[in-house]
Formats: sequence, C-alpha cells, structure tokens
Amino acid sequence: MFASIRGRCGPAKQLVSTVRAAVPRGRTTLLAAGLICRANYHKPVRNEAFKRLTKDDLNFFKTIVPSETILATAQVGGTADAVELEGFNADWLNKYRGNSQLVLRPKTAEQVSQILQYCNTHNIAVVPQGGNTGLVGGSVPVHDEIVLSLRNMNKVRSYDELSGILVCDAGCVLEELGNYVGERGHVMPLDLGAKGSCHIGGNVATNAGGIRFLRYGSLHGSVLGLEVVLPDGTILDNLSTLRKDNTGYDLKQLFIGSEGTLGVITGVSVATPQRPSAVNVAVLGVPTYECVQRAFKLARKRCGEVLSAYEFWDANCMGAVLKHHELKSPLSAEFPFYVLIETSGSNKEHDDEKLGALLEELMEEGIAEDGALAQDDSQIARMWSMREGIPESLGKTGATYKYDVSIPIPVLYDIVGDIAQRLESASLYKPGDMTRPVKIVCGYGHIGDGNLHLNVVAGQFEDRVTEIFEPYVYEWVASHRGSISAEHGVGLMKRDYLRYSKSPEMIAYMKRVKDLFDPNHILNPYKVV
Amino acid sequence: MSSLRILVGVKRVVDSAVKVRVNSAQTGVETGNIKHSMNPFDEIAVEEAVRLREKHGQEVVKEIIALSCGPAKAQETLRTALAMGADRAIHVKTDAELEPLSVAKLFSKVVGEEKPDLVILGKQVIDDDANQTGQMLAGLLGWPQATFASKVDIKDRVLEVVREVDGGLETVSSSLPAIVTTDLRLNEPRYASLPNIMKAKKKPLKVVSPEDLGVEIRSRLQTLKVTEPAKRQGGKLVGSVDELLDKLRNEAKVL
Repeated sequence: MFASIRGRCGPAKQLVSTVRAAVPRGRTTLLAAGLICRANYHKPVRNEAFKRLTKDDLNFFKTIVPSETILATAQVGGTADAVELEGFNADWLNKYRGNSQLVLRPKTAEQVSQILQYCNTHNIAVVPQGGNTGLVGGSVPVHDEIVLSLRNMNKVRSYDELSGILVCDAGCVLEELGNYVGERGHVMPLDLGAKGSCHIGGNVATNAGGIRFLRYGSLHGSVLGLEVVLPDGTILDNLSTLRKDNTGYDLKQLFIGSEGTLGVITGVSVATPQRPSAVNVAVLGVPTYECVQRAFKLARKRCGEVLSAYEFWDANCMGAVLKHHELKSPLSAEFPFYVLIETSGSNKEHDDEKLGALLEELMEEGIAEDGALAQDDSQIARMWSMREGIPESLGKTGATYKYDVSIPIPVLYDIVGDIAQRLESASLYKPGDMTRPVKIVCGYGHIGDGNLHLNVVAGQFEDRVTEIFEPYVYEWVASHRGSISAEHGVGLMKRDYLRYSKSPEMIAYMKRVKDLFDPNHILNPYKVV
Repeated sequence: MSSLRILVGVKRVVDSAVKVRVNSAQTGVETGNIKHSMNPFDEIAVEEAVRLREKHGQEVVKEIIALSCGPAKAQETLRTALAMGADRAIHVKTDAELEPLSVAKLFSKVVGEEKPDLVILGKQVIDDDANQTGQMLAGLLGWPQATFASKVDIKDRVLEVVREVDGGLETVSSSLPAIVTTDLRLNEPRYASLPNIMKAKKKPLKVVSPEDLGVEIRSRLQTLKVTEPAKRQGGKLVGSVDELLDKLRNEAKVL
C-alpha cells in the first residue's frame, strides 16, 4: 500500500530558466503573452531563438546514444508515436504539458556531455527529467525542448558499509535506493510520497524535503558530492565521499535546488544514516490548531532525540483519504486535526517508555482527545498511508491547486481559513458542498519544519478560482516573511512569484549565476529565474 | 443467554513485516534487536472475542482472558491484548522452547482452572506455522473444535462457525465449551487506542510457571538445520518474439 502511493512533495523536475534575449520577463508581460492551455496555466511564449529540431539533429544524436534510447516523432524524422512521449510531456498532476518531439535517455555522463555540447552549440533547448513527479511544472517541457531523461542511468556506483556513504547514478529510483541501503542497515536521509517513481537526481536538483527532514535535515547537508554536466559539455566531477571538505567554494550546493537550470546532475554521493531498529508511530485526534502546536512543543521536550516525524492534517484531508483509500480511521471519532508522531531509535524499551509518557501527558492535559498507537509494522504502514495518501486522494477528487509554503508555525494554519473565507465570499465554495466549483479547501504538512501544504480541490482549473488565491497566497506568505515554496521548488508555476520570497538583489545574483553556468540559457528554459 | 467467559491465546513473534534472516549457525532465524509484535492470527482472535462482547453485551460475555506462554517479553503482547479489550491476562513464564503439544498442555491446565466457555486461538503462529495447538487442545480437553473460522456467532449457547474450505464455505455448529481457531478473513483487528493502552496498564496480569501448572516442558522435535530458500533468478528481457520462442523452446524447454 505504501509503495503504491505516489506523490507528495515530489521533485524530479530538474531545472531552468529563460533564454535571455527573447523571452519576456515580468508577470504582466507573461500573462498578456500567455496561452491558456487545457490545464489552464499561463504558458510563456516560445523563445524563437531556440532551434527547431530537424532530422539532421536526430541523426547526430543517433551517433551518441543507442537508437533504443531515443524516442523521436515523425516531425523530427523519427518513428515514435506521440503517445509514447506523453509520459515525458505531461506532469503527473496533468497540469503542465509540453510538446517535445524528442526524448533522449543516455546511459552515461559522457553521453550527456556530448548531447549538451551539441545542444549548446546549436542553441537547442533541453529539459532534464528524472521521475517526473514534480509539482510545479519544472520537469516537463514548456514547448518543444528535448527531454533528457536520466532514467537509464540507474546504477549504484559504490557503497561504503562502514560510513554508509552511497554513490549512485542520478536516475536511481529513491525507493530502490532505500531498499538497497536498507539491506545494509541504513536508510536514505529523505523519504517522500513519490518515492516509488522519483529519482535521486531529481530529488537533489529540486532539494526535495519530505517526511524525514525533521530528523535528518536538508539535502544541503546529506549530499556529499555531485557529478554534474554543464551545458558546454564540461563534466564537473565533485563526487566526493568526504564528510568534511573546506577547500574553497562549495559548488555542489548551487546545483542542489537549481531545478536543472544550471547543469544536469548525473551522479550523487549521499550520506545515509543508520537505520533505526525501533520505530513507533501514533496518531492523535486534536481539537484545535493551538493544541497541534502545544503537542509539538511537548513532543520535542519529552522525545526530542528520538522524534523523527511530526505531521499534521485537518479533517477535510482525513475525509478525502479515508474515502479514497477505503481506510478505517484509527480513532473512534472525527476531530478537527490529526497529528502523526513517529519516534525512531535503537532501544525499543527506552522509546516506548518516553513515547508512552508523552502520549499519556497529552491525553491528560486534553491536548489530544483521542489517539492510537501502532502495535505492529503493518499498523505503522497504515497510519503513514493516511498521511501520505492525502495528495493522491485529493487528486482523485478533482483538479488540485497546491501551495507549498513555509510560514512561522503560530500562524501557519491561518491561511487555510482565510482562503476558505475568500472562496466562500465569492460563492465558489461552501464547506461540505461538493457541487460548488471548489470542493475542498484543506491543509496538511510538516509542522515540525514550518511547512504547510495548502490544497484547494476544484472541479477544474479555472481563472475565477485561481484569481482568488493568486497572488493572494504569495502576498500573504510574504507579509509573514515566509517562503512561497518550502520544498516543491519554483519551476514554471512560481517563477513569476519569486519576488515574494527573494529581494531584487538576490534575484539579480541568481540570474548572474545562471548566466555563468548556462550562458545560452538552453537548460530548462522559462523556469525558476 | 447465560454468561460466557472467553480465553484467547496470544504469542509474541517477529513482526510479519520484517524480512527474516537465517542466523549464521543455521539453527533458526535471527531475532535479536528485531521488531516483534502479536501473531496476526492472535490479533484476530482477540478482536473476535471483543466483538462478541460488543455484540452480546457485557452481561453475556462476562470476561475475556488473554493467555500467553513464553519469555518475559510476552507480557508486552499481553498488554496489547488488554489494550484491545481483554480484561485480564495470564502469563505462563518460561524460556524453554515450546512445541505445540507443550502449549496445548499449558492451555488445558489453565482451562481447567479458569473454566472458559470458549477458547479462541490463531489457526497458526507465523514463526513455526505448525497449525496444531488448537487441534491438540481440543483433543486434550475432549472439546469440539471449529478451525479456520471466517465467521463466528453464538446463539443460545450454540456456537456457529463458518469455515473456509477448498471450494467454498462450510458452516458448522457445536455446543459449548469449544475451541475456535481464526482465519485471516474473520475480522480486521482494531488499533489500540491511547485511553485503552493507559487502562491496560492497570489491568491484572498474573504470572505462573509451567511447574505451577504441573506441566513438564519437553521437546519432541530436533531442528537439524534452517536454510533460506534458493534465490529467485531475475527475469530476462528479450528483443523479439523469435528470441522468446527460441528461449522457451531451448532454455526453458516448455514448448
């Protein structure tokens, strides 16, 4: 059940930005120029400086990679049916859709290098793609960019049993890596709902967060080295396995979260922590958001060193997930909020005692009104599937607008109420009424990391709904000095809203970094900056 | 209906989600520092006892007693049973290796003392998969048995059990007292709620020894060797139908 659930904070978009000269910048221009596509997002116009592919280009690529790794349509002289490229052109939310006619799936960094060098010389736009589980339109082409899929680069290169340092190709699927290191007594330092599809390279390129963030921190800490191919074909081999290395600028950090706009990550070196032998999970029913915070504070106080996850979701999320997954609630009644607490340690008695004391205190203080403690691993899996199944359940209910924001914890949930109110005032939404244009407004996320997923499920993506919360959500977040993208990245979706989280000076320097690594702006154009 | 007392058996085993590994001495599987929990079929047994009470009421199902035989940590599993709804627990404490016959003898002695009307056991334990204890207990006590239950009901002290058998379902009925062993589809066990976990800590748990019950633990079987099954060979990708046919014919030799 676990593995089949796709989706939360998926990454897999790798990269990019716009071609300097030709693409209009600025929100107004973009909206004016934008096309309304079936998914109803504003698509930037094609930068005509980019070369349109011809049969000659295809013939060249055939000299670099084996023909079975190429998918080319008749338009560029190939034989593939457009349907075969569908999975590369559309994102999994079916919100963003490009029109690429050529997919290349190289097997080595050298092949990636030759491809990019050629594209750079001929001004051909490229979108690097991992598992294509991103949520901001970063991993699919906007127009006819070549899709450079890393899925054929899927080998573990080395693993050090003593240090737990794993070196692997960028196209390795996160869950498979988890199984690989799991057999050796370790875990991957990140875990997310999309684990069955997403690639480690995409995770790194998007600086994916997820449910282990609270415990193991950001990829900026656990990634020790990268192998990156730059647009001019240079292979930057920084595949270090050193935990400590203070020799000058730490270039790899630039590529972590660059969303494929600076280079193509082909190899990753990552430190994997020891797998905890004792894991406990409890789900609580909580009466107010204030109690969600109090419970978090107490959890850190009582279980700090073994606390490995603290997640919450509201009643609307729970309703959707129980319905869609036909799960039974572990609790005896419905509550406004649910909290999932996980502890991970090496001594079960110790953890049991601490968690037990915490849970008792929460109940006695009335912070939690009900709760359940998993008695075995299958119950642990079922409890997690409630939290991890939320995005999929909402996706099945309708078109899901997803906002992934960081806001100071005390006001984190206020935005959900505000948005619901705005939608109600506009007569687009009435709680519980599934016939309105907006069916569900809900919030869930990683409280421990100050990260809220605000989701709005509508019958379809449409302007009158979008206008209610864009740019309202971003303004709201900016007014609380939050981030408009906590873990999903910028991609295409938030490019024009970057200014709500970054100053003009910061953005100017980002653009200079982009110019430095990708002077022709061929990598993942139209996105990020 | 007159009142009933139900005895349920529970055992602490390596969690069903754990991938077990054979130990280096090849005498069994590794159990050190590995997650243990209640045998899944026993969870179903406890759940069924609690559901019978919920259906017929406290005045009918007067008492649910959980019984476990094994080392000190078996008490964790008994606490889980108490949290799920059992009223009290009995722990027959022993570090000895227990074969089904020994367990059945221990249970028969406890049955003699506690005089339950119904004993519900898992059809098998997922460690040894013997599927013998319920049947042996019925033999020792001379009681009727209904094994592999997928539905259990009691009406006017008549037990009615639906069993999953080859080709369909079989409904049997018997008088009480009787033995029932549970199959997977009987029910879906509940989660242990926090209030019930807290209450469970205060419920009585009695510890006895096999000697107290007058049972001598003896092993009749000797494990010679435990090995892992042969590794499955990976699949192969073929390039064409012709190649597939060739491989089926000449390698797999199935055509």
